[in-house]
Amino acid sequence: MTDQEIIDVINKSLAEEFELDLEKMVPEAHLYEDLGLDSLDAVDMVIVLETAFNFKIRENESIKSIRTLGELYKFVIDKKREVESE
Amino acid sequence: MSLKRVVVTGIGAVSPFGRGVEILEDALLKNKSGIRGIPELAQIKGLRCHIAGLVPGINPKEIPRKFRRSMSKMSIYATIASQEAIKDAGVPQGYYSQERVGLVIGSTVGSVYTIQNFFENYLKEFSLEKIKSTLFFQIMGHSCAANVAQALGITGRVLAPSAACSTGCQAVGYGFEMIAMGKQDMMLCGGADEFHPLTAATFDIMNAASTRYNGEPSKSPRPFDLKRDGVVCSEGCGILLLESLESAKKRNAKIYAEILGFATCSDSSNIANPNSASIEVCMRNALADAGLQPEQIDYINAHATGTIQGDLAEAEAIYNTFGGQVPVSSLKGHLGHTMAASGSLELIGTIVMLNQQKLIGTLNLDKVDPICAKIKCIRELETCSLNNVLKNSFALGGVNSTIILRRYKDD
Repeated sequence: MTDQEIIDVINKSLAEEFELDLEKMVPEAHLYEDLGLDSLDAVDMVIVLETAFNFKIRENESIKSIRTLGELYKFVIDKKREVESE
Repeated sequence: MSLKRVVVTGIGAVSPFGRGVEILEDALLKNKSGIRGIPELAQIKGLRCHIAGLVPGINPKEIPRKFRRSMSKMSIYATIASQEAIKDAGVPQGYYSQERVGLVIGSTVGSVYTIQNFFENYLKEFSLEKIKSTLFFQIMGHSCAANVAQALGITGRVLAPSAACSTGCQAVGYGFEMIAMGKQDMMLCGGADEFHPLTAATFDIMNAASTRYNGEPSKSPRPFDLKRDGVVCSEGCGILLLESLESAKKRNAKIYAEILGFATCSDSSNIANPNSASIEVCMRNALADAGLQPEQIDYINAHATGTIQGDLAEAEAIYNTFGGQVPVSSLKGHLGHTMAASGSLELIGTIVMLNQQKLIGTLNLDKVDPICAKIKCIRELETCSLNNVLKNSFALGGVNSTIILRRYKDD
């Protein structure tokens, strides 16, 4: 998968789960302030991403500090590459 | 301690006829049936009842995702019915976010569909890794109550009685008592349930579900009728906004009815079979609570689900308490048995009768079973002078409940 393909899967998965407007899903969008997610959604976001990419990220400490979509894209791309290289 | 008078100032309904009190009222007055054939039920091994009263035409997405994510169908019905009741009562936005406004809304169980979804995954993979955070909020016992409180911003008392088919009636009764005692000024009260094949199976397993009318769904259930063969399960929600008379008068609200009395009791003789003596105790306690004599009741809205045991026990109790002259009917011929919602939905139907001064007869009651013939069963729409009316609800588990309403008089 290219980076853009990964970003597209993230956007599609989150838009579907949280009924988000794809136009608002830009890298600088704040997950909580701009996209309206909260702590329950954050839990479900992990499940959605784990299902979409078939990896485990729940125990990963760094995911807790993610605030923007751009940070999430980078986290998922890095994780995807890590899994692929194993 | 002097008790406050309690009145109904708003009503809201989601029923097998669709959304709203208006559509429910129209269907009841025109003797329509909300029961349909459900082809999926015929695919289930061992299930002999293939008909039900399902709610049509609800789009859950009208409720914002933030609130909807923790709701199963029953909470969606309860939210929509509560919104209607509040709007109907003309309660200003913001008023009901005061802690003097609460709610009592119960269901038979949490969402069985949500539990099913959970176990489909859990049993297959023996894993919790794909379980969403909002699952619990759909299966907890107070799912409807909590979800309505969140969606509407209710900050007063929140109760969730769960007494199967007595739930709706109990909810109204408990709300009545809390307002009468001055603990709350206003309460949204009622029951809600969503249909799942397990609901029909519960009755079918006990040989208490209707099984002979799969080819003509609108002909069943048939309360008090000689050819009745059992319960037809339905879903929905009925909500009554109860308010102290003082509060209603202060804001010049329209008043549908006054609640005069409530009683609930346990029939410990059997967990499944109704007992007429216990039903009689319940109705007499409600009369005492209302300060009325049996002859002052103008109409009885029966629980009567269309089972032989239930109809007979209730008919006997009614005859022993009131004699054979008071008109009796059941709305389950129209609605089916909406379970936890039945008490409150049928109370709304009873309020319709009170305000229209008309009796709605029992649909599908073609020939009264001789064993129920001592009471005065009403079959057709009749004009009638109604002041005091009594509503019964009884539940598996041996829980009886009775509410007495009065046409409101400014006395």
